[in-house]
Amino acid sequence: MRARRFNSEILITYLIKILGYSAIIFVGLIFYFLISEGFPAIREVSFSEFLKVRWYPIEDYYGILPLLVGSIIVTVGALIIAVPIGLLTAIYIAEIASPTTKEVLKPLVELLGGFPSVVLGFLGLLILSQYLREILALPTGLSALTGALILAGIAIPAIVSISEDALDTVPQSYRDASLALGATEWETIWMVTLPAARSGVLTAIMLGIGRAIGETMVVLMVTGNAPMMPEGLATFINPTRTMTATIAAEMGEVANGSTHYHVLFFIGIILFLIALVVNVTASTFVFRRKKRSERILS
Amino acid sequence: MAENDYKIITENLVLQYSDGTESLKNITLNIPRHAISVLFGPAGGGKSTYLRVLNRLNDLASVNEMSGRAILFTKDGQPLNLLHPDIDITALRRRVGMVFARPVVLPMSIKENLTYGLQVAGERNRSRLNQAVERSLTQAALWDEVKDRLDDPAVDLSGGQQQRLCIARSLALEPEVLLLDEPTSGLDPISTGKVEASLQELKKDYTIILVPHSVQQAARTADYAAFFLQGELVEYAVGHEMFTKPKNQRTADYIEGRFG
Amino acid sequence: MSTRKSPQRRKRTQQIGFFMLRMVAIIAVLPIIAIMAYIVYQGASALSWEFITGYPSDGMRSGGIWPAIVGTFFLTMLCAIVVTPLGIGAAIYLSEYAPDNRWTQSIRIAIINLAGIPSVVYGLFGLGLFVIFLNFGISILAGALTLAIMTLPVIITTTEEALRAVPQSFRVVSTSVGATQWQTIRRIVLPQALPGILTGVILGLERAAGETAPILFTAAVFFLPRLPSSILDPTMALPYHLYVISTQVPGMEPQIQYGTALVLLIFVLGLNLLATVIRSRARARRQW
Repeated sequence: MRARRFNSEILITYLIKILGYSAIIFVGLIFYFLISEGFPAIREVSFSEFLKVRWYPIEDYYGILPLLVGSIIVTVGALIIAVPIGLLTAIYIAEIASPTTKEVLKPLVELLGGFPSVVLGFLGLLILSQYLREILALPTGLSALTGALILAGIAIPAIVSISEDALDTVPQSYRDASLALGATEWETIWMVTLPAARSGVLTAIMLGIGRAIGETMVVLMVTGNAPMMPEGLATFINPTRTMTATIAAEMGEVANGSTHYHVLFFIGIILFLIALVVNVTASTFVFRRKKRSERILS
Repeated sequence: MAENDYKIITENLVLQYSDGTESLKNITLNIPRHAISVLFGPAGGGKSTYLRVLNRLNDLASVNEMSGRAILFTKDGQPLNLLHPDIDITALRRRVGMVFARPVVLPMSIKENLTYGLQVAGERNRSRLNQAVERSLTQAALWDEVKDRLDDPAVDLSGGQQQRLCIARSLALEPEVLLLDEPTSGLDPISTGKVEASLQELKKDYTIILVPHSVQQAARTADYAAFFLQGELVEYAVGHEMFTKPKNQRTADYIEGRFG
Repeated sequence: MSTRKSPQRRKRTQQIGFFMLRMVAIIAVLPIIAIMAYIVYQGASALSWEFITGYPSDGMRSGGIWPAIVGTFFLTMLCAIVVTPLGIGAAIYLSEYAPDNRWTQSIRIAIINLAGIPSVVYGLFGLGLFVIFLNFGISILAGALTLAIMTLPVIITTTEEALRAVPQSFRVVSTSVGATQWQTIRRIVLPQALPGILTGVILGLERAAGETAPILFTAAVFFLPRLPSSILDPTMALPYHLYVISTQVPGMEPQIQYGTALVLLIFVLGLNLLATVIRSRARARRQW
């Protein structure tokens, strides 16, 4: 019986090892496919063409700049709204709210986080864009601003939950020490607790950035889908087009293997790389993991 | 005494953890059968490390070096090489039971805590399991207190009861050696007294190695005592001699509280 | 000394500050309640037995959304079947077996990166690998597999967290009475981590059910005359349906759109509720 048990032990260990390595395999696979389908674009379209400002694939204009700028504009716009609101809400929930209020607010914010993006885009389309159309006298109400506002709604739950967790993790002894030195709770929050939670908060913001840049359906539905370069202050109320929306909108209509097809995959590579940069930056903020032997002997 | 009159002999035992914490420097120590051997000394001395060589629990951490000679003589007189890389580890751990400093009860009922070790060894017979439960709880002086609530969660017991449950858990496997690493450090004096009393009973059937949490406990319980200091074995003597007339100056200093 | 603010002034600052924060929190949270209320208000009137179980007609402008519901259900189910063993297995490996070295660290980094990739990039990947290279075509299979790869990193991460939350002392005790590593995992670690694992799986599936981009080019079609007959068939799906009827069908009754949104919300948030219930019940019954 002992021999049989050891055999199944070895078998299971082996099986689990295989499952463990599969994660790396999939990252590699994703990268491989993006590159194999996207790289031909570099040969078929000259690099300088990509840097042009006109995106009109039907007539062979492959300027990616307006798409890149579009993504950046809506993301920045969303963050301008989402970071202050999200961070301040997180501070409120973590430091000031009573336990019962906390019990109500936390699930509510998580609820928003669970909303499918298509639903938020839908609401943006039917409600927000009509509203903006009236207020700002726009032709359709579909603009970068609309996109930024809804994207903020997507980024806020991420920023709130992770910042709130980070603030919760700050040891109570820090706050106690500050109060014992005569600081008010308000001063403690800004001078002690928040700086102590700095890395968690930065991670939260990075995650918010990641979600905003990577969002597809919302921007597809409410930004007007017109690739345009910024024109001064009117930029925000003009329509725009992001990289993600471009892929989503045009992939269905391209011929397999055509230049347009390859260029869309190329944009996918760019998005992958941006996500990589955001993630790597975020993970340098996270604490080092305790080694397993430390856990055992302590 | 001949070698196999002892339960465990260790000769020139050296151990180094890879992260540089606690190590053992050349320990030569023999553990007599059916007695309480006490390993005492200040923190970081290597006592816990020594215990973990005996049931190879240090395999869970990463070890740079483990060499020397460590032999356990089984009930039938067979020598078992504790340092052998292919040793049947799970069987060894049933032979050599361990009780830790903080009582750690598994998240199950009292009864399931006790039958756990037997079940992973493959025992399925219901009546044998029940017998083991009653026997081990009696030996740990806990049977009367819990016999009517064996199905209650073990975590509901008091600290002292939990620790005796941990002792019973090891005893359920009918080990030959019982290792106790500061078993009463979190307990009140009454529970501590009960545990120390059970050990006196248990030593008739088992070989006991105890790391006490105070010099006083060492003096109360030791049949034989070994003073560990920074990974070295400084002095070894019969219990009452060690604590009344220690031979080594460092031992005397520690016992009298001049350092700790 | 004279530059120090008076205690009253600092107290005032705190009162104003707390008040402002409370306002911000309300601004953040009120729209959430408003949105939910509005969708329920507008969409509830569209919900009827015919709507939920009927087929669309008149170019989607009337009738029911049953095929979309079925499609989302099958996509989510198949995704769950694939991703759960894969994700939990990988997490067990990382948490319990993998040595603490560079290689393991890079696996973890790879997984964290996978988690941050935009969903539309997963759609591209699914298109390239499942639809074209493996020749599954636009199908439930391709869509579910794409969703599975997208959900994988989240499940691995949350499962690993749940496993690591189980106190190390349990493992040590179990080993000390002679259990093998797998016995310790199977008998103690997994059962204790199960609520956390389940919560993570359900939340991952919640996201998979609501995402549109990954199924855009891999599984979803706008209209099917009948339900898909195998996993190699394409399918309708709720998120995609909502997208199309709100952007590409002229003359669409807002009520039906809200009704579709409501059904999708109920599906998704129902999963959320399930996860929350599991999490709080487990916390109450925990024996450590």
